[in-house]
Amino acid sequence: MTAWRYRLAEQRGTLLALAIFVVMFVIYISNHQAGLTANVAQTAANKGVLLAFVAMAQTLVVITAGIDLSVGMIFILTNCLASWIVVGTPAETALGVAGVLLAGLVCGAINGAIVIFGRLQPIVATIATGAVYFGVALLLRPSPGGAVNEDLADALTGRLFGVVPTSLVALLVVVLVVWVPFSRSVAGRTAYAVGSSEPAAYMSGMPIRRAKFLAYTLAGLLAAIGGLFLTFFTYTGEAAYASGNAYTLFSIAAVVLGGVSLYGGRGSAIGAIFGAFAFRTIGDLLFVFDFDPLWQPLFQGAVLLVAVSLGAFALFRVRNRLEWFG
Amino acid sequence: MSGAVTERPAGRMARIARRLDPAVTTAFACILLLLVLGSLYSSSFLSPEYLLQQLKVASFLGVIATGMMLVILLGQIDLSVPWVVAVGAMMACAAAAHGTVGLVLAIPFGVLCGVTVGVVNGFGVAYLRIPSMIVTLATNAVAQGLMVVYTGGFSPQDSASSAMRWLATGFLVPGVPNAVLVWILVGAAMVFALTRTTFGRAVYAIGNRERAAYLSGVDTRRIVLVAFAVSGGLSAFGGVLLAGYASKAAQSMGDAYLLPAIAAVVLGGASILGGRGTYLGTVAGVILITLLQSILSVMQMPEAGRQVTYGIVIVAMLLLYGRAPANR
Repeated sequence: MTAWRYRLAEQRGTLLALAIFVVMFVIYISNHQAGLTANVAQTAANKGVLLAFVAMAQTLVVITAGIDLSVGMIFILTNCLASWIVVGTPAETALGVAGVLLAGLVCGAINGAIVIFGRLQPIVATIATGAVYFGVALLLRPSPGGAVNEDLADALTGRLFGVVPTSLVALLVVVLVVWVPFSRSVAGRTAYAVGSSEPAAYMSGMPIRRAKFLAYTLAGLLAAIGGLFLTFFTYTGEAAYASGNAYTLFSIAAVVLGGVSLYGGRGSAIGAIFGAFAFRTIGDLLFVFDFDPLWQPLFQGAVLLVAVSLGAFALFRVRNRLEWFG
Repeated sequence: MSGAVTERPAGRMARIARRLDPAVTTAFACILLLLVLGSLYSSSFLSPEYLLQQLKVASFLGVIATGMMLVILLGQIDLSVPWVVAVGAMMACAAAAHGTVGLVLAIPFGVLCGVTVGVVNGFGVAYLRIPSMIVTLATNAVAQGLMVVYTGGFSPQDSASSAMRWLATGFLVPGVPNAVLVWILVGAAMVFALTRTTFGRAVYAIGNRERAAYLSGVDTRRIVLVAFAVSGGLSAFGGVLLAGYASKAAQSMGDAYLLPAIAAVVLGGASILGGRGTYLGTVAGVILITLLQSILSVMQMPEAGRQVTYGIVIVAMLLLYGRAPANR
């Protein structure tokens, strides 16, 4: 009984995110002209999955009590790279995909190395590396263009058996291949421990550096998968500064909505995925209610501000004012 | 104030010691190095006109970085700079379009809008205890949303008032651009606030350890709120100056100021964890960044190369002297 309660408490954030998403999605679908058709689901899934990948990337770093403000730029960089190399014969395409994922790993590893071995603050370090990644993206694609293997792109953005959006299946595969093994490994446990209390994790002899490095590196990989999918959806690469910034911002919003604590040590990538879906659905709600699209940025910003302010409820549990100061 | 007389020798010693801060010295050495490199590339690099022009360009960043520094000294960060700059510029221009009263109130109104955003930031950080990075990102998004709704997604048509133009491009003292004078005034006020008032002492104390400052009887939450309000106001003021310089506001005019502002403060030797840093360092950082940008554009490096160089230089310089102590 107590074990059951403990598990429920552990997953509370994720369940809350799922609930928010379901409610939002039901409102969205019931007001949509077409209702829940395979097409509507596919479009919604494709939009949501992009943010879900970037949000997963952000989660890994946030769990260690860090932050990666370059995820959006890695996302853009890999998009530009993919528009060059994911083309041609199946073998060339496969090599290209591997190259894109490798690029993401390298970007993440650079962030990790600077933060861990360079001992710089994650905020400043990743803002600066973000500028570098964006510069490289701009070098690759001074103007929007390029191409992608359209067979692969259509296969991964279409529908399986005519019903299930393939992108959702791909997301599930990535969760099973990247997140589940990571969160169950020693490194993953350590990442949580570091986020809760780095001195305590150190005293317990946990591999702190390895865990953090792995978290940053895998974050780069996940952002690269996101960038790959962006290329599959758009068929082009574009070094869009605003878009990179927006994805970084939205990833933080998704993480917060998904019940991941920004102080580290609490939450899961699954929650962040539902957070991402919920955030996307909230953005799309305006369209089904026939609002002017101009209001969308303000609406999303307001949702973000309210979502982060909800964290303030923890203040009611404070017994001693000194706990204000962490 | 009578106590200040007896403390003066100690204060002077402390100031000399601070002036020898390795970070600040390194930053000034890098400025000299950049000037030498630049003069090798083009002889006009050391001409007074060019240097004055650089100072004028630097003063916009300088005003914005002043606010950023105050927040960083607290151990916080203000990521809402990009759109607060735009809010300041757009609101000032919008006010200028409303007759004589608007013309008079244009600059105060723009700054006031920035202060408002800053107060929201400060309230979130100080009273709701949300990490500053998150609150300021969110208010940045809200400010962007408001401006998109207000302008309809296009560059606003209102142009800057003549007072704004005069402030940014005019010459009150012959040979010295007004923008530089503005920066000097803002900087002097900040130096005074940081070194000669209880507010400044409290800022450093909170940056070192907020708990200790609170237990010493400082109303830390009010100080944090004020600091964020000042930062917002200065960002908006920077936007007002920029609008005066370009004679109108533009959608993403502030985007180019977030990273340079943070970089200038941190390159100037201020600790991103708070509690340590001098205004002299920030001045050095601002000039350094401006010179670097100028040299890269004189060398006609494309935007991509500029971004890459920029990020690498900042990381490299931080690795040189901005590292956190090895824990345990």
